[in-house]
Amino acid sequence: MAALILNFWAHRMISFRNALRALLGPLVVVGALSSAHAGPYDDALIKLTTDNYADTDAGVAALVESGNPRAEAIIEALRAGTLLYGDGKLAIRGPAGVAVDATTATPLVASDAGSLKPVRVNNRVRRAVEAALGSMTLLSPDQRRRLDAAAAVLRSRDAAALPSLDKALAQEKVERVKIAMLEARAAIILNQPDSSPGDRLAAVATLGNLGNQNALALLANLPAGASPELTAAARQASETIAANLALWNAAQNVWYGISLGSVLLLAAIGLAITFGTMGVINMAHGEMVMIGAYTTFMVQEVIRNHAPGLFGASLFIALPLAFLIAGAIGIAIERLVIRFLYGRPLETLLATWGLSLILQQGVRTMFGPSNREVGTPEWMSGALQLGGLSLTYNRIAIVIFAFAVFATLLLVLRYTSLGLYMRAVTQNRRMAGSVGIRTSRIDALAFGLGSGVAGIAGVALSQIDNVSPNLGQSYIIDSFMVVVFGGVGNLWGTLVGAMTLGVANKLLEPFAGAVLGKILLLVAIILFIQRRPRGLFALKGRAAEA
Amino acid sequence: MSIANWTKKSTRILAATLAVSASLVGAAQAQETIKVGVLHSLSGTMAISETTLKDAMLMLIEEQNKKGGVLGKKLEAVVVDPASNWPLFAEKARELISKDKVVAVFGCWTSVSRKSVLPVFKELNSVLFYPVQYEGEESERNVFYTGAAPNQQAIPAVEYLAKEEKVERWVLAGTDYVYPRTTNKILEAFLKSKGVKSEDIMISYTPFGHSDWQTIVADIKKFGSAGKKTAVVSTINGDANVPFYKELANQGIKATDIPVVAFSVGEEELAGIDTKPLVGHLAAWNYFESIDTPDNKAFIQKWKAFTKNDKRVTNDPMEAHVIGFNMWVKAVEKAGSTDPDKVIDAIVGVQVPNLTGGISEMLPNHHITKPVLIGEIKDNGQFDVVWKTEGLVPGEAWSKQLEGSKDLVADWKTLKCGNYNTVTKKCGA
Repeated sequence: MAALILNFWAHRMISFRNALRALLGPLVVVGALSSAHAGPYDDALIKLTTDNYADTDAGVAALVESGNPRAEAIIEALRAGTLLYGDGKLAIRGPAGVAVDATTATPLVASDAGSLKPVRVNNRVRRAVEAALGSMTLLSPDQRRRLDAAAAVLRSRDAAALPSLDKALAQEKVERVKIAMLEARAAIILNQPDSSPGDRLAAVATLGNLGNQNALALLANLPAGASPELTAAARQASETIAANLALWNAAQNVWYGISLGSVLLLAAIGLAITFGTMGVINMAHGEMVMIGAYTTFMVQEVIRNHAPGLFGASLFIALPLAFLIAGAIGIAIERLVIRFLYGRPLETLLATWGLSLILQQGVRTMFGPSNREVGTPEWMSGALQLGGLSLTYNRIAIVIFAFAVFATLLLVLRYTSLGLYMRAVTQNRRMAGSVGIRTSRIDALAFGLGSGVAGIAGVALSQIDNVSPNLGQSYIIDSFMVVVFGGVGNLWGTLVGAMTLGVANKLLEPFAGAVLGKILLLVAIILFIQRRPRGLFALKGRAAEA
Repeated sequence: MSIANWTKKSTRILAATLAVSASLVGAAQAQETIKVGVLHSLSGTMAISETTLKDAMLMLIEEQNKKGGVLGKKLEAVVVDPASNWPLFAEKARELISKDKVVAVFGCWTSVSRKSVLPVFKELNSVLFYPVQYEGEESERNVFYTGAAPNQQAIPAVEYLAKEEKVERWVLAGTDYVYPRTTNKILEAFLKSKGVKSEDIMISYTPFGHSDWQTIVADIKKFGSAGKKTAVVSTINGDANVPFYKELANQGIKATDIPVVAFSVGEEELAGIDTKPLVGHLAAWNYFESIDTPDNKAFIQKWKAFTKNDKRVTNDPMEAHVIGFNMWVKAVEKAGSTDPDKVIDAIVGVQVPNLTGGISEMLPNHHITKPVLIGEIKDNGQFDVVWKTEGLVPGEAWSKQLEGSKDLVADWKTLKCGNYNTVTKKCGA
């Protein structure tokens, strides 16, 4: 066994050395940590080199306590994973692959750099690092760093951070950061057994004014031995907050509904054209969405390899491409298969279902069965806090995008000649043909338009769902549901249908759970279709007969 | 060239081809092979996970043949595609055993597919090696479970969180089917036995392929901000994981606040996500690709060479197939025959090295001994092992936490029974 371990260790060393050499090129290190000039700072550093989480944790705390000016840089490196150790040495790997001595910050050309390995961290160490950096970076010029720092202090509730917190509060100008700091301060004071009753009451009042979920949690967990006065004040504050939060919650659920609705709208809007206005039951619609998502993947792959700077714009580059590719495939499907099947819905259904399987398996063969990674551009990550609402940027982008696509499509149908011809063919194919419209060409173009729109929906959906060959399948049922519910042949119906289903789903979910909520919704739709077989916005008059 | 001419020529080519292939078949029959069935979905929803296992099996068989095969004969893989369709699993299993005459089958992923093929294996008396972690509560004579039982994955993971992360409040989130439901039932009973109150456990189920996680993640966030350390134990299956993790990242839930420990998320699943926001979230398995042993290094190298793809990752069920396959080979050699009855008798007690540096053994309950590892997600999509069990943990077919199964034991060596009741002293519960 011992031999095995040794062997495995040697192996690890060698491979690691090679990897490091390849990665870093010239590497620079560090003076050895010896106990020659031992002090609390050096002891702390030695603790970081033992490859033991508990020691690393203690080392971080000791570093903070030492008050050494290099402490922040070292802890920051630990957070970023650039702190290396080996043979009792510590080094920090710089951005250019050049490591500097962690203790003196002077670059050193190292011959034995190969034996250095990153100091490993787990969640426990990560928390310690966050708490340590929290109290150190409260005065950082970067607003985001200050916000993170306040959040870290709130979590650690470390009384030692109080002086720097007060100092930071005095000069803080950004409202959001100030609120976070006030919250952190109140949390510390409430938690401190030796803070005065007056201070504590003030803290409760501050939390009551903040009125968010964190405040509620803090008030609910008063430390033991709180005075009756304090308990009463806390209870009152919690009640106000709870009532307030309930309102925000309802608003939040409506937002979730709108955002789910916009996803449904995106998925269904292409189908509203192919199924809604042309009457083609296109089971391969979901695969057009999938092709759009894979286009995004390919665009990002090219950008990653050739022009990493353009990554933020990758989705905008993917949009027209996805439209063209999915549209072209749509036109090909219409020309090669569907045009022979007009007026035979059952055959169309079977043929397009077969096509959807072929497309899925085709993509599976080309790209492999596993998920493909589609990255989220920086501007789409994170969340916007709006009062008690938390709106994630990617969802906001998708809602805006869905409405933009909807409006564009509406304008195309209303004001372009293609739109005019399409409406004419939908309303009365024979008469449209009689006045000189090439109906078969319009059919192909309309199908291409519907497929192209599905393709750009795929670009958006790649941001929230798996990019795998099965992507389309999960949307096809929902898409048909939206179109049928909204009323076949009417874009407005699709919009209202998607939003109604989205909001209803999200309002049901908190009470009924995700599974039951979906079942209830399906039952409701079945009942609705029984009453109104033509959906919400039924076409009237002669168009309805066609 | 006239049409008639062309037809004649193509007929001749066809005839020649047929003759050649016929002689090839003849040659193959002359040199007899041992046929092994591979029953994994290559299309449909489960293809994402199962295709890899098919490739792994082909690699193992090829490798064994290079070593000279088994009992002096070459192995031949018979691959079928049950297309993620559960009844089709049973049909294809029957085809493999009766028509293709395979002597053992390696396959299935979901529990429902395993349940679907069980009667076929019993009726036709063949052997199935099942490589995926599952909910337990089963031990069949014809099945060998090389994935983790709940006591080899779920329970140690929860114990780790309670001890190392000081978790007091639990969200059990899963996809709505048999594996998460049973696992969560076991975990709930286990947590309650450790003194966790009902109000500190939140259970949430979602449909297959759930993609809109906004409400549930917000609920988790709310549940987690009650002042007690909270963790999510996720039995969310396959495709639903990517949107789940994306939503966690978007709503800013970090592993240091609310860690998520997953039982169905491995290297393969992470390949589709940007893992930077997920650093620190956990997974419990019996194998990670990042395990630093010479055996594992060699295995990864072989895998990359076999698939001719430097980016292919390895995962836990693949290791289970490695162990299962090697155990089968050893048992066949020990028994001197591929006859299922002889193999079933010979395989209990067989020991083979696993890829994490230990020696796994086939137990009388047809489960195996495995180490339990907890890994934290790193920013490169791999796992950093932060904890592992001292030795190997023997798999338990019947959970000690559940009322209905705590008195049951499985022993196919002495008792010859998969569900022997130790209280009533009867086989068959």
